Amino acid sequence: MEVEILARIQFAFTIAFHYIYPPLSIGLGLIMVIMEGLYIRTGNKEYETLARFWTKIFALTFGIGVATGIVMEFEFGTNWATYSRYVGDVFGSALAAEGIFAFALESGFLGVLLFGWNRVKPWVHMVSTVGVFLGSMFSAIWIVVANSWQQTPTGYHVVGEGMDARAEITDFWAMVFNPSSVDRVIHVWQGAFLAGAFLILSVHAYYLIRGRYVDISKKAFTIALAVATIFSLTQLVSGHSSANVVAEHQPAKLAAMEGHFEASAPADMYVFGWVDKENQKVIGLRVPGGLSFLLHNNFETPVTGLNAFPLDEQPGQVNAVFQFYHIMVAIGMFLIGLTLFASFMWWRKKLFETKWLLWVFVFSVILPQIANQAGWFAAEMGRQPWVVYGLLRTSDALSKTVTANQVLFSLILFMLIYALLLVLFLYLLNKKIKHGPYDEHNTETRPFQEEVSDALIN
Amino acid sequence: MMETIFGLDYPTLWFLVVGGLFSGYAILDGFDFGAGAWHLFFNKEESRRIALNAIGPVWDGNEVWLVIGGGALFAGFPVMYATLFSAMYVPFMLFLVFIIFRAVSIEFRSKEEMKWWRKSWDIAYSISSIMLPFLLGVVLGNVLQGLPLDNDFHYVGGPFFEFLNPYSLMVGVTTLALMMTHGAIYLLLKTEGRLYAKLTILLRNGIIFFIVTFTITTLYTLIYIPHLSDEFKNNPELFIVPVLMFLSIANIPRLAHKRKYGQAFLFSSITISLLLILVAIELYPTLLMSTLDPANSITVYNAASSEKSLGIMLTITAIGGPLVLIYMFFVYRTFRGKVKLDDTSY
Ligand code: HDD
Ligand code: HEM
Ligand code: HEM
Repeated sequence: MEVEILARIQFAFTIAFHYIYPPLSIGLGLIMVIMEGLYIRTGNKEYETLARFWTKIFALTFGIGVATGIVMEFEFGTNWATYSRYVGDVFGSALAAEGIFAFALESGFLGVLLFGWNRVKPWVHMVSTVGVFLGSMFSAIWIVVANSWQQTPTGYHVVGEGMDARAEITDFWAMVFNPSSVDRVIHVWQGAFLAGAFLILSVHAYYLIRGRYVDISKKAFTIALAVATIFSLTQLVSGHSSANVVAEHQPAKLAAMEGHFEASAPADMYVFGWVDKENQKVIGLRVPGGLSFLLHNNFETPVTGLNAFPLDEQPGQVNAVFQFYHIMVAIGMFLIGLTLFASFMWWRKKLFETKWLLWVFVFSVILPQIANQAGWFAAEMGRQPWVVYGLLRTSDALSKTVTANQVLFSLILFMLIYALLLVLFLYLLNKKIKHGPYDEHNTETRPFQEEVSDALIN
Repeated sequence: MMETIFGLDYPTLWFLVVGGLFSGYAILDGFDFGAGAWHLFFNKEESRRIALNAIGPVWDGNEVWLVIGGGALFAGFPVMYATLFSAMYVPFMLFLVFIIFRAVSIEFRSKEEMKWWRKSWDIAYSISSIMLPFLLGVVLGNVLQGLPLDNDFHYVGGPFFEFLNPYSLMVGVTTLALMMTHGAIYLLLKTEGRLYAKLTILLRNGIIFFIVTFTITTLYTLIYIPHLSDEFKNNPELFIVPVLMFLSIANIPRLAHKRKYGQAFLFSSITISLLLILVAIELYPTLLMSTLDPANSITVYNAASSEKSLGIMLTITAIGGPLVLIYMFFVYRTFRGKVKLDDTSY
C-alpha cells in the first residue's frame, strides 16, 4: 500500500482513539466541579463521596488521554513532515500556548486532585479540581483553534515557492479568531460535556435500576441530567452556527454533507439518505429546499453545489461525509428528545420509577461518543483533498523520507497496543462501577508509613 | 536587521528556551524514569508501592515538559522538528510505545490484587522506564554525530536500524546510568526504613555505573568525533563548563556518602543541565549537522520560524513560564516529605 493511505489511516485511527478520552475527561471534570462545589456549599458528605468516586474514573480517562495524546504530537513530525514545515510557523504558537497554558495547568493540579484528598483543605482541593477542569477546557481551545486554522486559514501569508512554500503568521489574533474557531470550540466543548454527562447518567441509572446506592445516585443523576439537557439544546444552536460558517467558507464541504451536486440551485435537506455519486443523486427522505431555508431563511435561495468545483477540489468520499454528518445530527436530535422527556418525568417525580427510561440511559452512553467521532470525521473528510484548506494538499503533506513499511509497522503496533488499552479501560471501568462509590477502607485507619516499612519492607 | 533582546536574536533566544525546556524535562522525568528503572530491584510489594507513590502525584506533570518541549521545537524550528522526527522514525515510535506502557502500568498496577497482574505491570513499568532514557540518549547520540541530509534537509539514510550505531548506543547507556543515579537519590528523599537502606546500596552501584559509562563515552567523543570539541579549542574560556561538570559529578558520591541527599539531588540535577549545556555549546548554531555536506546542515537560522512568530511565542513563554513554576511549586510542596500510603495511593 501507499505511504499516503497508510499515514492517513494511522492518523485517523490514532486521533479517533485519542478522542474517546478527552471528551470524557472534560465532561467529567465539569460535573466533578459541580459536585465538589455542592459539597463545599452544603457540607453534605454524599456530594463528597460522589466527587471522589468520579475522580477515580476521571483518573482512568485522563491517563489514557495523556498517553494517546503524546502520540498525536509526535505523529505530526514523523508522518507529516512537509505539513509540519508548512504550518509550523502558524500552528506552532497555538501548540506552544496549549502546552504552557493548558497542559501545565491541567497536569500540575492533577496530582492534588487525585492524591490530595487527605492532604489539603477542601477549598484548596476544589481549586485544584477547577484548575484541572479549566486546563482541559483550554487544551481543547488551542487544539481546536489550530485545527480550525487549517479549515479556514486567516492571519498568515505564504512565503517561498513550490516545495519550499510555507505559511507565515502575520496576525496572531486573526489566526486565533479565524472564521470557524469560536463556533467549533464551543461545539467541541459541548460535545465533551455531553460525553461526560451521559457516562454519569448511564452508571447511576444502572445503580438505580439495581436498587444500589439509591440516594446518592438520584443526586448524581439529577446533576448530570441538568447538564445533559442544557447542552443537548445548545448543541443544536452551535451546530447550526457551525454549518453557516461551513457554508460560507467551505462550500464544497457543506455540499458534500447534504449530497448537493448542482452547481447553483436550491438545496434540499435530508433526514437520512444514501448518496449515489455516479448519478449525482441522493436517495432518501428529504425536506425540499430545507438546506436553503436553514442557511438563508428562504426555500428558493440557491446553494453552491459540488459541481461548482473542479473534480480535484471536491472531497472524495461524499457519501461518507454525508453519513457521518447525518449520524451526528440524528443523535443530536435524539438526545434533545430524550433529555427533555426525562426532565419532564423528573419534574413529575416519576423519573426514578420509570425503569425502561433508566434502561435507555444505561445504553445512551455510547451516543455522544458516536456523535463526537462522526462530527470529526465529517469535518475532516469534508475538508479533503486539502490539509490546509485551499493551500496544501493532503497528498503533498507527507514525510518524504518515511517508507510504507515504517508506517505499516507502526500502524500495526498502535492497533495492537490500543486494542489492549481499550480492553483494559473497559475492564477497569466495569470494575470500578461494580465496586461502587463507597470505599471499604476507612481513611482514618490508613497505615502510616513507619509501621508499614517496619513490618513489610524486605 | 534582526530584533534582539539582551543582544541575542530571536532564534538564539528560542534555542535557549527549547534547551531550557529539554533540560527541565530531563531533570524531572529523569528522576521518575530512574526510580522506575530500579523498580524490579525492590522485592516486597509494599516497597514497590512506596516507590511508585513517591512519583505518583508528579510524574504526569513531569511528562508535560516533554509535550511542551516538543511543542516548542515544532513551533520555533519546524524544519528541525520535521526532519528529526521523520528521520528517527523508528526510535520515536518505540519511544511512544514505551511512554504508553509506562503510563498505563502506573495507572493499572494497583487496580487488581492478583499477583500475576501486579507482576506483569511491574515488569512493563520497569522495562519502559529503562528504555525511555535509553532511547532519548540514542536520539541525542545521533544528533551529536549528525545525519545524512540532502540539500532540502531531507534525511537520506536507511529507514530502520541506522540509529543503532556504537556511539549513540553509548550515549543511550550513559543517559540511563545518569537517570538511575538521579532516580535513586530522589527515592532516598522519599523513603524510610529498610527500603531506604537498600537504596543507599543501589545508589552506590548507580554512581559507579554512571562514572564508568560516562568516562568511556567522553573518551570516545574526544577521539572519534573531534568536531564536537572544536568549539572548546577555539574558545578556551568555555572550558569552565566541563570543569564545572566534573566538579558537579564528583560532588554526588561525596554528598551521598554523607547522606545529604537533598544536596545530592541538586547536584545530579545540575549535572544533567550542564551536560545539556555542553551539548548546546557543541552544536550551536547548528541543530543537526549533515554528514554529507556541512552546507546542508540545519541551523537555528535556517530552521527557525519567522521573527513575528518567535516574538509571539517568546511573549507566551514570558507570561506562561512563571505560572508553570507556581503550579509546580504548589504541587511539590503539597507532596513534600516521605511517602505515606493512604486510600488514594496507587
Ligand atoms: C490540530 C489538528 C487536528 C485536530 C484537532 C484534528 N485533526 Fe483530523 N487531521 C488533521 C489535523 C487535525 C491533519 C493533520 O491535518 C490530517 C492528517 C491528514 C489530513 O488530511 O489531515 C487529519 C486527518 C484526519 C482524518 C483522515 C481524513 C482522510 O484522510 O480522509 C480523520 C478521519 C481525522 N483527521 C479525524 C479527526 C478526529 C476524529 C479528530 C478529533 C480529535 C481530529 N481529526 C482532530
Ligand atoms: C491532532 C490533534 C491533537 C493533538 C496533537 C493532541 C495532543 C495531545 C497531547 C500531546 C496530550 C497529552 C498532554 C498531557 O501530557 O497532558 C493530549 C491530551 C489531551 N487532549 Fe489532545 N490532541 C489532539 C486532539 C485533541 C482534541 C480535538 C481535544 C479536545 C477537544 C483534545 C483535548 C485533550 C485533553 C483534554 C487532554 C488531556 C488528557 C485528557 O483529558 O484525557 N485533544 N492531547
Ligand atoms: C444537533 C444538531 C447538530 C448539528 C446541526 C451539528 C452541526 C455540525 C457541523 C456543521 C459540524 C462541522 C463543522 C466544521 O466542519 O467546521 C459539526 C462538527 C462536529 N460536531 Fe456537530 N452538530 C450537531 C450535534 C452534535 C452533537 C450532539 C455532538 C456530540 C455530542 C456533536 C459533535 C461534533 C464534533 C465533535 C464535531 C467536530 C468538530 C467541529 O468541526 O466543530 N455535534 N457539527
